[in-house]
Amino acid sequence: MIIYELAVKGRINKAQNISTTDTLNDIPQKLRRKKRAYLPEVSELQAVRHYTQLSQKNFSIDTHFYPLGSCTMKYNPRACNSLAMLPGFLARHPQSDDSLGQGFLACMHELQDMLKEVTGMQAVSLAPMAGAQGEFAGIAMIRAYHDARNDTARNEILIPDAAHGTNPATAVMCGYRVKEIATDKNGDVDFDALKAAVGPQTAGLMLTNPSTLGVFERRIKEIAALVHAAGGLLYYDGANLNAILGKVRPGDMGFDVIHMNLHKTFSTPHGGGGPGSGPVGVNERLLPYLPIPVVGKKGDTYRIFDEHDIPQTMGRLSAFAGNAGILLRAYIYARMLGKEGMVRIAEYSTLNANYLMKMLEQAGFELAFSNRRATHEFIVTLKKQAKELNVTTLDFAKRLLDLGYHAPTTYFPLLVPECLLIEPTETETKDVLDAFVAAMTTIKKEAEQNPDKVTQAPETMPVRRLDEVRAAKQLDLRWPAKENNA
Amino acid sequence: MSTIPSGLKYTQSHEWIELADDDTATIGITDHAQSLLGDLVYVEIPDVGQDVAAAEACAVVESVKAASDIYSPFSGEVLEANEELADTPELINTDPYDAGWIFKVRYHNKADLDELMDADAYAEFAAKEDH
Amino acid sequence: MPFIPHTDYEVKEMLNAIGADNIEELFDEIPAELKISELKNIPSQLTEMEISRLMHERANQDNTPICFAGGGAYDHHIPAAVWEIATRGEFYSAYTPYQAEASQGSLQVIYEYQSMIANLTSLDASNASLYDGASALAEATLMAVRANRKSKSKRILVPRTVNPVYRKVTHTLVKNQGIKLEELNFDLQQGLIDMASLPAEPGDITAVVIPLPNYFGVLENVDELTDWAHKHGALVIAVVNPISLSILTPPGEWGEKGADIACGEGQPLGIPMSSGGPYFGFLTCKQALVRQMPGRIVGRTLDLDGKPGFTLTLQAREQHIRRSKATSNICTNQGLMVTAATIYMAIMGPDGLEKTAIASHGNNKKMLEKLTSKKSITRTFNQSFFHESVINIAADNASVLKKLAANNIVGGINLKSDYPELGDAILVCATEKRTVKEIDFFTEQLATAIAS
Repeated sequence: MIIYELAVKGRINKAQNISTTDTLNDIPQKLRRKKRAYLPEVSELQAVRHYTQLSQKNFSIDTHFYPLGSCTMKYNPRACNSLAMLPGFLARHPQSDDSLGQGFLACMHELQDMLKEVTGMQAVSLAPMAGAQGEFAGIAMIRAYHDARNDTARNEILIPDAAHGTNPATAVMCGYRVKEIATDKNGDVDFDALKAAVGPQTAGLMLTNPSTLGVFERRIKEIAALVHAAGGLLYYDGANLNAILGKVRPGDMGFDVIHMNLHKTFSTPHGGGGPGSGPVGVNERLLPYLPIPVVGKKGDTYRIFDEHDIPQTMGRLSAFAGNAGILLRAYIYARMLGKEGMVRIAEYSTLNANYLMKMLEQAGFELAFSNRRATHEFIVTLKKQAKELNVTTLDFAKRLLDLGYHAPTTYFPLLVPECLLIEPTETETKDVLDAFVAAMTTIKKEAEQNPDKVTQAPETMPVRRLDEVRAAKQLDLRWPAKENNA
Repeated sequence: MSTIPSGLKYTQSHEWIELADDDTATIGITDHAQSLLGDLVYVEIPDVGQDVAAAEACAVVESVKAASDIYSPFSGEVLEANEELADTPELINTDPYDAGWIFKVRYHNKADLDELMDADAYAEFAAKEDH
Repeated sequence: MPFIPHTDYEVKEMLNAIGADNIEELFDEIPAELKISELKNIPSQLTEMEISRLMHERANQDNTPICFAGGGAYDHHIPAAVWEIATRGEFYSAYTPYQAEASQGSLQVIYEYQSMIANLTSLDASNASLYDGASALAEATLMAVRANRKSKSKRILVPRTVNPVYRKVTHTLVKNQGIKLEELNFDLQQGLIDMASLPAEPGDITAVVIPLPNYFGVLENVDELTDWAHKHGALVIAVVNPISLSILTPPGEWGEKGADIACGEGQPLGIPMSSGGPYFGFLTCKQALVRQMPGRIVGRTLDLDGKPGFTLTLQAREQHIRRSKATSNICTNQGLMVTAATIYMAIMGPDGLEKTAIASHGNNKKMLEKLTSKKSITRTFNQSFFHESVINIAADNASVLKKLAANNIVGGINLKSDYPELGDAILVCATEKRTVKEIDFFTEQLATAIAS
């Protein structure tokens, strides 16, 4: 049922209906809406029941194990939500005077400081509203740096072929060409290929470390030296920061600029696809170009820094100050973890991943990099099943849903055929991991003995597999408007 | 096995080219390429009259999971584009070498033709790429 | 250990299975010289009770002042059910609906959202949202450049009556792609785009941005502007307030052919002001431009049994497939905010939304009458408005706003740095939430602050 199908013309929700004697007489007729917008007319209970029932058609962290690689689907503590939604925080207009926001600004200033410490950078701006915006801010700062030095021949960004798709898309948005760097057979950046690619045209290198292949880039110091020697800068994609929190810092590895995904590492909600939050950190070199606003402190008073304080800023990314409410959740989470808890995130997410990797290997699954340690995630390849049994990774993913598990990330990174990128996170118990191994083992057996069970899955979900070709060809992107809704 | 008609020329980016006598050519994608892409859902065709450079992307074919650029093998002028593909992109899947043609070009430089493969060379190339 | 469930015994079992002596051994691929021993400058962990105490203190410190500021963030009533449902774990802790069968809830919500926002703007199609109103305008300009294939100039006309921060953000996001943003000036008496200043022969323009209401709250001559833009081969990008669309002409009906793209800030639809975010940006367009839209889009289709269901569609435009050739680098959108906005629109219904708009307009009118009854306060522009207006005061506006803040009033937005030609001007707003008593109090406090 679509909400529009529940609607009846003329049903008015009186509790939300303001009685007003005001008129629109002073607005010229030609600027007035002629026909009422077609919106559903339902009672409050109808709406509440409808959306509650829709929510029940979702898998979520609160209801299911959700080992989606590179997405860090860990427990989102309820306290972070309820405390970020205290009336004093919700009611603050973004352009109200700083004197009316000292409580909020104190949280932001302390969050900046904690993120600086945990990444080893000189300064942090909380402005970017998602990881991709953090990437954009980072590459735009690299560009501003080169431009300020009149070093304008640099027109190329180097990106490993295992990188997330946002990396090349971002480089192009910043006016750069993209050069892909190959990966070697152990999952590291192909150092010789990188050496050959670096040159006077290199503006920078974008690197995710640990990489999306679930391994730590061991020659990172050499890579940094190589790129810096050529005059390029290093950008750190913080998608996998969870794996190394409190153990090793991007700043110490030699990165000039980084972004973090607070919706991953700092456990803010994924919300069915956002909001995210992608603060950036910089070293001294890029300090003058930080995106605004930034929260500053003078004596005991907090203040919002803008163009006047950071005149060379790469600019503004949002109407106000980024996803403030998400930043509050991250702040609350960081304070609850404290210095002790942050290190444990890296430790226990790595423990869970290595344990799960070992158990799946013992259950007969092929690992993409069996000679490497897992970071907080690892890759299983089902190319044997695909070739011999005609049961693909997609089929495994769909069958997992039937067995009560959200599928891991599938077909990413693109380099490994028929892959599952699995990230269990630190908040799952050993029992859950063992049960997941059992489910995978069951599917493996089914694929051999009763492949239809797998290739026809899912059978227990609200819908079976959907016709995506039809969806893309016969576009149906909205409920058809009714003519009689005047 | 995909079909590779012998009368046509081919590129490494999996376009086929049918050469006419009057310095014009018709371009589409090979059976091999369409089977790799899967069911096509959308084709963006070039504008008639548009100038294209050799190896310039001038059309896009989209399936559900992939999008692929189509490159002009020559520099020249687009004479005609297959309007049918707007509503029936699947013509490329069902009839890649005939009804699924994408565009026609008048080429400026005969030397561009030297880069093209014949059917045997393309068959070998496609087989190698599979492994 | 906060949120880590492992017992010592389990850790031992797991390490045994891995074949490692201790957890530290699992980090043996990281060069030893890079490892740190401690995070010195991070405070020690807090229990939930302790953090709760701290956050209550800080929230109370910020208080809940009376708000007369707008400028892109508005203090509307939000039905209790909106966030009760939106923060259910099944919505709150789900991810992007890539596994459609296990995400029908989120997907259907987005489809319903797309339907409602398309209807509100009177255009054909909507995406699943963008970050906020400012970045939505930036994405709309990039989209217009892709879509207007006849125009080669990449020139976008952006009136100064568009929110100045939206213009700054757009500049930041598009400047490296060879796009030229050119300003259009406004009439100082009317607070509108100066029709007389539009050139007769503007040359090749890619798109024209038209706000309704504009940043000053004033209603632009959208029909004439739209027709002018179309006559010169430009696409029209509308920047609109979604609440106002229940009473004002929707972009799809502007001029003879309607705007081509509409975008704006979704915050008024049930999202708290919350210091500026998270909000969401909306973007809708005519059918012909659908494939140029950035971000995620949900479509309705059939499953293997022929039963209707929902899935992400047109994904080949997006970064995870097109990589460097994607329509945008956007990945995450603002799913949770869209969920709240959808529930908000369903609960309010067309009548509730219309009443909200009318009452907001009425309150602003009452406020203006009250304020201008004082000699020291005048109305800056003489044209029709929606729910906010610019006033001039006979004192330094920055210090007056400070004094109001000390009395727990957010007195509006200081326009001096963005519009120095307007003098001591303040942008004030009254939504449906403001009472007569509050307006009276504001008027007296403002007059006193000006006089002191």
